[in-house]
Amino acid sequence: MGDVYYKTINQITNVLLFVEGVKNAAYGELVEVVTPNNERVTGQVLDSRDGLAIVQSFGETRGMNIKGTSARFLGTTAQLAVSTDMLGRVFNGVGNPRDNGNPIYSEEKLDINGGTINPYSREEPSEFIQTGISTIDCMNTLVRGQKLPIFSSSGLPHNRIAAQIARQARILNSNEDFAVVFGGIGINSEEANFFRTEFENTGALERSVIFLNLSSEPSMERIILPRLALTTAEYLAYEEDMHVLVILTDMTNYAEALREVSAAREEVPGRRGYPGYTYTDLSTIYERAGKIKNRKGSITQLPILTMPGDDITHPIPDLTGYITEGQIVLSRELYRKNIYPNIDVLPSLSRLMNQGIGKNKTREDHRGVADQLFASYANGKDLRSLTEIVGEEALSASDRKYLKFADQFEKQFVTQDYKEDRSIEETLDLSWELLANIEVNEAKRIKDEYIKKYGKWDTNGSK
Amino acid sequence: MDGFIYRISGPVVIAKGLEDPKMYDVVKVGKLQLIGEIIKITGSDAIIQVYEDTSGLRPGEPVINTDRQLSVMLAPGLLGSIFDGIQRPLDKIKVQSGDFISRGINVDSIDVEKKWHFVPSIENGMEVSMGMIIGTVQETSLIMHKVMVPKGISGKIDGLKEGDYTIVENIATIKNGNKKTSIQMLQYWPVRIARPVKGKQPPEIPLITGQRVIDTLFPVSKGGTAAVPGPFGSGKTVIQHQLAKWSDSEIVVYVGCGERGNEMTEILSTFPELKDPKTKKPIMERTILIANTSNMPVAAREASIYTGITIAEYYRDMGYSVALMADSTSRWAEALREISGRLEEMPGEEGYPAYLGRKVAEFYERAGLVILLNGLIGSITAIGAVSPPGGDISEPVSQNTLRVTRVFWALDASLANRRHFPSINWLNSYSLYNDDLSKWYAKNIGEDWTKLKSLAMEILQQEAEINEVVQLVGYDALPEKEKEILDIAKSIREDYLQQSAFDDVDTFSSIRKQYLMLKAIMLLHDMERSVIEKGVVVEQMQKIAAKSMVAKMKFIKESDIESYFNDVKKSILDIEKLEVIKA
Repeated sequence: MGDVYYKTINQITNVLLFVEGVKNAAYGELVEVVTPNNERVTGQVLDSRDGLAIVQSFGETRGMNIKGTSARFLGTTAQLAVSTDMLGRVFNGVGNPRDNGNPIYSEEKLDINGGTINPYSREEPSEFIQTGISTIDCMNTLVRGQKLPIFSSSGLPHNRIAAQIARQARILNSNEDFAVVFGGIGINSEEANFFRTEFENTGALERSVIFLNLSSEPSMERIILPRLALTTAEYLAYEEDMHVLVILTDMTNYAEALREVSAAREEVPGRRGYPGYTYTDLSTIYERAGKIKNRKGSITQLPILTMPGDDITHPIPDLTGYITEGQIVLSRELYRKNIYPNIDVLPSLSRLMNQGIGKNKTREDHRGVADQLFASYANGKDLRSLTEIVGEEALSASDRKYLKFADQFEKQFVTQDYKEDRSIEETLDLSWELLANIEVNEAKRIKDEYIKKYGKWDTNGSK
Repeated sequence: MDGFIYRISGPVVIAKGLEDPKMYDVVKVGKLQLIGEIIKITGSDAIIQVYEDTSGLRPGEPVINTDRQLSVMLAPGLLGSIFDGIQRPLDKIKVQSGDFISRGINVDSIDVEKKWHFVPSIENGMEVSMGMIIGTVQETSLIMHKVMVPKGISGKIDGLKEGDYTIVENIATIKNGNKKTSIQMLQYWPVRIARPVKGKQPPEIPLITGQRVIDTLFPVSKGGTAAVPGPFGSGKTVIQHQLAKWSDSEIVVYVGCGERGNEMTEILSTFPELKDPKTKKPIMERTILIANTSNMPVAAREASIYTGITIAEYYRDMGYSVALMADSTSRWAEALREISGRLEEMPGEEGYPAYLGRKVAEFYERAGLVILLNGLIGSITAIGAVSPPGGDISEPVSQNTLRVTRVFWALDASLANRRHFPSINWLNSYSLYNDDLSKWYAKNIGEDWTKLKSLAMEILQQEAEINEVVQLVGYDALPEKEKEILDIAKSIREDYLQQSAFDDVDTFSSIRKQYLMLKAIMLLHDMERSVIEKGVVVEQMQKIAAKSMVAKMKFIKESDIESYFNDVKKSILDIEKLEVIKA
């Protein structure tokens, strides 16, 4: 049906067009909408029936009218031409170059919705990625093929942390081909520039593909953008054998765009107005991380989202946390204390940590040390709030040691420089150093043999 | 007569022109022949939920009615398999479509060419009816598959003969009057209909899970129902995996409903290597996986729960105890909501359909300890994870689940944050089976087990109360007796309830080991109390050997636990030697 221009649009909203008289538009089919000024906007069929197609526009519907606007059905679902020429380039939210370069021409065109990886074909992620950040490496370990989001809030340095991870992340004893795919979803130009300069300075730019939709640009592109980024990542990983790190920021803007479309379609809203299928929809993005048996490449996802009102129970972080394999949570409290990276280890989690650590991977004592740090820091923090009421004097001697531990943990372990790249050995040694602040018989999470081998207590069992 | 597509909206397709469509008929939609199910009929329109992605379908494409309901294939060959939500084997899908799942794939759920060695267990000429066992097949080295008479057939059996058969070859004929029916090992069953039983039995045997907090404080019986609600990261999936690995049910059906792909992969890669503690055989040999990951089509998610429980019922009917894990039932409920929304039904609470409660209750009602049609006893224990938004269990799925399940394991984010796992909150959780099981406990664990359990619970309750006082006056101001309660409560929490799923020894505690561990803690408690009476203070007891011995008990192997317990007892006696410090 490719050459027919339908001029039978009878209803236009800010995102939807109702095209009448269309006999058999495919569900999900791409549509080219031509405005009276001859501007071309891409759209997609959201609902198709005999005689009517509802089209979601990815661009602005400003200036469209009933009389002069026409729609052409392109006969395919959304596809992206992919090639290794994309490395080093910058594209917009619908995949067109925004760096004055040529468009990508390639025989290889992939459906941007990707496919579902057969769980039977997946390979369990198990390779430790050293990010050089102690709170991640030791306590919330990232492994290759994982999806580990950063839960941040407005005004916190999530971009710096993401950039630091992108710069420092490496696999121990390995020198394999890597690439970074960056998807900027509704971010402002300063943030975009920050990442660009960062990638330039570290020489990663030529290994990067950047997709950008600025906050001033059409919000509907934000629905397409992460899918373009992941389609590119899948091509690089599964066809070109690269290990791809995908950074998507800010997923909150994505969910907002999703809500906008849903509202325009007059769907029954779920929690806080987000559509009932938000979970399923987000999963079609996040689940595109992973490794496949007998294929060399991998996709590791580092999505960033800002929690509205610092609320981790808000639907966006909540649904994300149910899909992703853990989360890195940033804390405003630590930020106020001038601690960078302000990662709050307690609500943070890496579900795949266990597969990536231990003997022959990091070090045999890793699991126990991490658990002990969690338990001791949690205890120290509880006691800290207790002392605000009853004072430090009312604590037992061993409790006072926990207080000291918690303080030192924040100052020495959590805190590190933006350029500081700690090896996992350094991190674990530092952990033992700090744990010596508590009584040795309180270190119940660690096996005796490791306490004997690595412990920094003196013979009395205290520091 | 074939129909055609009139309208497509996400997973919902409206077809016109089907001749006399019936509710819940399975249809093949479009040129790709996507599988769908009729869920509503208005006039000549059939409204279909499609189990696969509908992108690219166009109005006008054909729709074919298969005239049968959504059913599963039941026969030897199920164990050790991984299926999608509508029982298509993922390994065979991989052979057909590669690493990514493509659409419109048509494969048999079970291998129809493999030969199984069938041994009759009854004589020719006997009268048989539905559910009677007529022979056996060694399905895996762990499980003997019992071949049963299918539904609707009864009469005199003939032609039974030991030999190698495929599941579609005739193994016998059943003659009723002049009517002769050939039967095969394979039978079909519609997933939305419960398989019939004679009657339900009260629960009396616990499902031993090897997880201390569950077996000791909040046990579930064989044939019982349990709900595990918790926010993300609180360890729902780890608990479900632990139960699938270590529980003493004979068959495990694990339904991964709308969860992560990597989790199913983890099961696939770890289970074949894990050995059942009793039989030392790989636990995969007793396990069936149903995987509908979060990015698979939403309609198949709705079906996956039913596929799982129907397979569970089939093995129950052989007289086995079956455990069914569903992770997570919230995703299933959300699938119901999504479909309901597309049908433009009037929503109930939080957009969920008004029939959510009924559907949840129907599902859990299919669990139970039952007398089977063939006179044997079988059971299904159903354990459903719930993922409440924001961890707040006042939402409809949690509430509807708690109304019908009898065990509640409340997962707690603050426990998870400090890596206290399993993060089951001992103050909020409950089990209504404790009384039913007390007879079994007295006979199989020890007369004092029930007493030890309630004492432990009491101490934990007291701890919570004392902690409120500490908030006001500080720890130092407490009397020594209360300090001692805090001390023992800490030991119960850290040395007993906390259990590492990742430690080779600690991951499973036999019920005997649990008994000895709890007994040791209570002996310590008695001794501490008696020396405190004399004037010894709690501070003095912090570094005594007995305490660290109790703490290490969880890491002691099952084979060494009896002698270790005796050593602990001896070291507890040393506490008596502590002397009163004069101020």
